Amino acid sequence: MVDTLRFRNPELAHSIAEKIKAVTPKKGLVKFCHVCGTHEWTITHFGLRSLLPENVEVIAGPGCPVCIVPAAEIDEAVQLTQKGVVITCFGDLLRVPGSQVSLLEAKASGADVRIVYAVSDAVEMAKREPQKEFVFHAVGFETTAPITAVEALSDLPKNFSFLVSHRLIPPAMELLLGVGDLHIDGFIAPGHVSAIIGLKPYELFTRVYRMPTVVAGFEPNDVLMSIYLLLKQVSENDAQLENEYSRVVKPEGNPKAIEMMKKAFTVTAGNWRGIGRLPDSALQLRTSLAQYDAREKFNVHVKEGKDINFGCECHLVIIGKIKPKECPLFLKACTPAKPVGACMVSSEGTCRVWAKNVAVQA
Amino acid sequence: MCLAIPAKILRLEGTKAHVDFGQGVSREVNVSLVEAKVGEYVLVHAGYAIQVLEEKEALETLSLWNDVLAAGQE
Repeated sequence: MVDTLRFRNPELAHSIAEKIKAVTPKKGLVKFCHVCGTHEWTITHFGLRSLLPENVEVIAGPGCPVCIVPAAEIDEAVQLTQKGVVITCFGDLLRVPGSQVSLLEAKASGADVRIVYAVSDAVEMAKREPQKEFVFHAVGFETTAPITAVEALSDLPKNFSFLVSHRLIPPAMELLLGVGDLHIDGFIAPGHVSAIIGLKPYELFTRVYRMPTVVAGFEPNDVLMSIYLLLKQVSENDAQLENEYSRVVKPEGNPKAIEMMKKAFTVTAGNWRGIGRLPDSALQLRTSLAQYDAREKFNVHVKEGKDINFGCECHLVIIGKIKPKECPLFLKACTPAKPVGACMVSSEGTCRVWAKNVAVQA
Repeated sequence: MCLAIPAKILRLEGTKAHVDFGQGVSREVNVSLVEAKVGEYVLVHAGYAIQVLEEKEALETLSLWNDVLAAGQE
């Protein structure tokens, strides 16, 4: 049986840190970027940055699918509640600010907003209450989108539909390479997104951009080992795609999940809160499933919203330009209890991760 | 929401499986996205199994780490 504790064994961590030190270039800053809120959690919670040499930096890209839902799409959910529709969603979407109110504030004013753990729970609710209209606000990257797809393609009750806010990760990674003065030297690719999409989507980064890329698991030693592998590539002037998380990620990903996504969705341009419009970065239900598309069913389309509140610097945090502690509002006006921006709301938001683990920050 | 937890399949019933997360926590999850057998481990995300966990691969990863750490230790 696998000794799973090895994946977070501290002695092993220190051994990997020694290897990292040995292979790090003596001069110059080396910067790696991940795009997953759970990776930021592992890195911050286990204090991994304190194990790295001074000139190795790991920044967090837009890896929080809740944080990047534009205010306009929260406004759409709120508008639906005003039509008497029950909105169901995952817990951390509730406090994400819309242009006027969050779903939690709408709920406090009488809107029927319910948290679910799984989409299927929302479908069950709809079956039990056929007199009401139910909408599931589908948020998430490629880890979560296949689940929406499976449900959308199943035998859904007539009073159920989806408000789709899914986004795709590789376009966000490509965006980061275009951000001036970010100077990324390699990517730590997201383990569970990769479990779905496989390795092929990252070939763009190694082949075209010559960007070392390692798919990493989520235990602290997974992340440390991935950083080691990236540094080894940098020291050898290499640009390869490596899979550190082979116990979960297969090169072909999950073909069934990919097929379900293709059957249920088309890929369109999408708006990302704090970033703007990215081509080919969002999922939309196919026209054959229009009856389950809440925007079409209830004619709710909000084009623009107020993404960033005054003083908030989430738009700089989510592309890794600043660290949370560099935002003037961090842990002063903006706290987990009273968040100003989306990064402080979601459990995957960089600011919230730092706020909850700030004692271990170097 | 990349949070996904490994769980062992106890029973299979069509597209659903009863799984054990360890320490007495069990739940019904949807297994439409994977081909898994009773006794195997799956990665569960938001009520769905999204991938089968390979014990062989996990062991290989650990053995690979040992190799990496041993190299240059001469």
